[in-house]
Amino acid sequence: MNKNFNRRDFLKTGSIAVAGTVLLPSILSGCMSGTQASSPLNYQLHDYLNHFGVTQKMIMDVLAEGLSRGGDYCDLYFQHSISNTVALEDNMVNRAFSNVSFGVGIRVISGEQTGYSYTEDVSANAMKSAASTAANIANSNTRMKVMALGEKTLPNYYKINTPWEEVSINEKIPFLQYMNDKVFLLNPAVEKVNVSFSDQTSYILFANSEGIIACDYQPMSTLNASCVAEINGKREQNSYGTSGRQDVKFFSTANLDRIAKEAVDSTMLLFDAVSPRAGEMPVVLAAGSSGILLHEAIGHGMEADFNRRGESIFSDKIGKKVAESFVSIVDDGTTPNNRGAINMDDEGNDVQETYMVENGILTSYLHDRISSKHYGVEPTGNGRRESFRHMPLPRMRNTYMLNGPHQKDEIIESVKYGIYAESFTNGQVRIGPGDFTFYVKQGYLIENGKMTRPIKDVNIIGNGPRVLSDIEMVANDMEMSEGGWTCGKGGQGVPASMGQPTVKVSKITVGGVNA
Amino acid sequence: MNNKERMELAKWASNFAIKKGATEAAVSISRSRAVNIEVREQKLETIRESTDNGLSLQIYRENKFSGHSTNNLNKRQLETFISEAVEATQYLSPDPDRALPDPSLYPTDTSKDLGLVDPGHGDVTPEYRVKTAMETEQLLRQSDMEILSTAAYFSDTTSEGVRVHSNGFAGDWGSTFFRMSASLSVMDAGARPSGSFFAGQRFLNDLPKPSEVAQNALEDTLKQLGQQKIASGRYTMILDNRIAGSLIGRLFQPMSARNIQQKNSFLDGMLGKSIGSSHLTIIDDPLIKGGMASRHFDNEGIASRRRVIIENGVLNNYLIDNYYGRKLGMTPNGGSTSNIIMGYGNRNQKQILDSQQKAIFVTAFNGGNANSTTGDFSFGISGQLIENGKVVKALNEMNISGNFKNLWNQLVETGNDPYPYSSLQSPTLVFSGVDFSGI
Repeated sequence: MNKNFNRRDFLKTGSIAVAGTVLLPSILSGCMSGTQASSPLNYQLHDYLNHFGVTQKMIMDVLAEGLSRGGDYCDLYFQHSISNTVALEDNMVNRAFSNVSFGVGIRVISGEQTGYSYTEDVSANAMKSAASTAANIANSNTRMKVMALGEKTLPNYYKINTPWEEVSINEKIPFLQYMNDKVFLLNPAVEKVNVSFSDQTSYILFANSEGIIACDYQPMSTLNASCVAEINGKREQNSYGTSGRQDVKFFSTANLDRIAKEAVDSTMLLFDAVSPRAGEMPVVLAAGSSGILLHEAIGHGMEADFNRRGESIFSDKIGKKVAESFVSIVDDGTTPNNRGAINMDDEGNDVQETYMVENGILTSYLHDRISSKHYGVEPTGNGRRESFRHMPLPRMRNTYMLNGPHQKDEIIESVKYGIYAESFTNGQVRIGPGDFTFYVKQGYLIENGKMTRPIKDVNIIGNGPRVLSDIEMVANDMEMSEGGWTCGKGGQGVPASMGQPTVKVSKITVGGVNA
Repeated sequence: MNNKERMELAKWASNFAIKKGATEAAVSISRSRAVNIEVREQKLETIRESTDNGLSLQIYRENKFSGHSTNNLNKRQLETFISEAVEATQYLSPDPDRALPDPSLYPTDTSKDLGLVDPGHGDVTPEYRVKTAMETEQLLRQSDMEILSTAAYFSDTTSEGVRVHSNGFAGDWGSTFFRMSASLSVMDAGARPSGSFFAGQRFLNDLPKPSEVAQNALEDTLKQLGQQKIASGRYTMILDNRIAGSLIGRLFQPMSARNIQQKNSFLDGMLGKSIGSSHLTIIDDPLIKGGMASRHFDNEGIASRRRVIIENGVLNNYLIDNYYGRKLGMTPNGGSTSNIIMGYGNRNQKQILDSQQKAIFVTAFNGGNANSTTGDFSFGISGQLIENGKVVKALNEMNISGNFKNLWNQLVETGNDPYPYSSLQSPTLVFSGVDFSGI
């Protein structure tokens, strides 16, 4: 289906793109000038200008071209991404992939209308031609002036010591081999192991007609291990992965061991899994990845583009009580090294910790530039885009619930028959009706206050506002998910994360079998 | 750059990779140009114009394999890119099954016109795009429903490319695609349902009229008014042809040679055996003139041929790509599907619905997933409860769950109504005894 108009947004684990092995970024070797900092981690603004082969004068000329038909605002988003993947299968590290992507996106805004164009060629002529295409969204005689550019300095929410461009494929291969051997050792029922390791680096240079120029260096790495096990002719497969804006140090032996064990344990559990009853029942969500509940049940519906058009079920609920007073939910771009951390959003705004729900009251939407103007509020730093090929939209970053007053044990003891949901593969929501779903890969039945048999492969479906008001208990064990979550909206995928303490919802519809 | 120039560059790149130490190389180069517009409240909300170039390169170096892509086609910078790609490949493990396809698998004749390019494509003007979307959006507003927002979209894309393999394959392709779509949100007692419709075609003149696009989007919205959930239970499931393709598509991953070789498929060992009822027939036909997914060769250069994948419930073919075919010792027949044609029945959707005593007509999926290893599935749905041939309730917030090994045997009828706006032309499907969970 065409995601551009389908108001259902999805979330899934796993990286969105394959990537590769090139040892060093090669694409720019032809267009650098002047001296360059030795490590990209120390790049200053002039290094970024050199990196993209542009000058501040060129940028201002292109911005002026963007406003030449009467637009209110213009921005340029230069991006150079290098991604690498190396993967193991059948005991061999026998495949590697790389991708290099380079270009500039030019956006012109006129009121709430947007013109967008991009070019892979950053010469003055090519950029001006793209700017003149985007400029066509406007048609007015007023001319906004381009302000003189001043550098915006950014905080750093993803401090790393070694850029991924300096880690050669030789250094990555042993991780994969180690994981493979470890997974096989952990259980003799393991038949097949797949391990993949990806890293991505994005150089970003941003400038707008209001005089902001800023640069950012965004690292990302993802490790995933999956295995197939076989017992008496029956097979099960599961996987475990971790992803974040981390450097190579994260992949310590202890972390590799932990990931291997998670992959094997989560696979072996499936052999004993049963199906729960079909229908409504209490659902206890484990601390960590269960933050998918927040992402689907409330997060998407709080993205302000849906609300300024009246399309979201939350459109008329700001300031209202939506949950018990011990429920507070934030979307936060500043949590260090998480997938959704960003030093600025993709339209040059500061990021922050944004309370969507504070003590049970619906507090703030998640804004991009257009919606914050529409509502007359400060931007929240949620304007994000997949790449220079896309225009920014209000998007989540790291979404989590704060700790509550209950204990995990008392939560489980309070359930007579229900499920404990532990790991998830994907979720989705319909923004207007508010019905959201997420797929439980693995969990347990709760019977008479005790976790009993494992369950697997069940979808859960509920209504956002109703489920929020049905949150009965929240524990004090908040954990962030370390999974490689990619959030999809309007045909664009962006990295995101989520977290949650153990939470009990009094009833949600669980997929299962009818007696 | 045109395809002739791309072909020269691809051959140069392949030769350069060999010169740098690759044993074999495959190169593809493509360009895609698209214009998308969106209209809201009779105003142009967005215009987006894009041109994407891409080069992708597969390197085989003494049975070691790697794949690379870039959007920079500057020859001097490609030299560095290719040199590094070949260099990096040597660190990988050798794998005897890593090699280009056997040349006997390549097409011998690609001259037949598959009708994928609308020669009038260049005549589409900015005014035409805007006028079409404006007209569609205007029609969406003519409804008794309490409208919150309406939008109409028009887009057109033209793509072309070439593929070169160092062991003797060179081919090129081109295509055009036009798309219209519409969506609206309405107020409905606290909920804000939104309906939509989209239609894509290779030829501009094959697109439906704005009135048809708007009408379909309005009907999709009307179906959602007053949605609620009902008691869990086993019901006959009628699956709308507009969405049935996404369920059919779930069969392709477990059929792939990779999943078979990796012991990660509930269809392992089922070749030649029955995996569904006699109503289930699935044919992959890549050579249909004007087909949404027609092609002379696939993304490995393997010649396209019509394949009967499932015939009357019997699994006749896996989807076998070059690498996993070698690993399994099976002849590659292409690892991906193209146009999917199915076995069609005698009745249309209305006739099928009219004849139901009690059934759930599923019109949309909402999330969910399936396990290719075991066949377990669970999906969120919305739709309508049908009693004695009449719609009695709109439904949402329900799940269907089960195992594909059973579900495809519960297929009791297929409609005569292949969905025209998808490469996967599924008809309306009828399943008996499906587990629904609700209240």
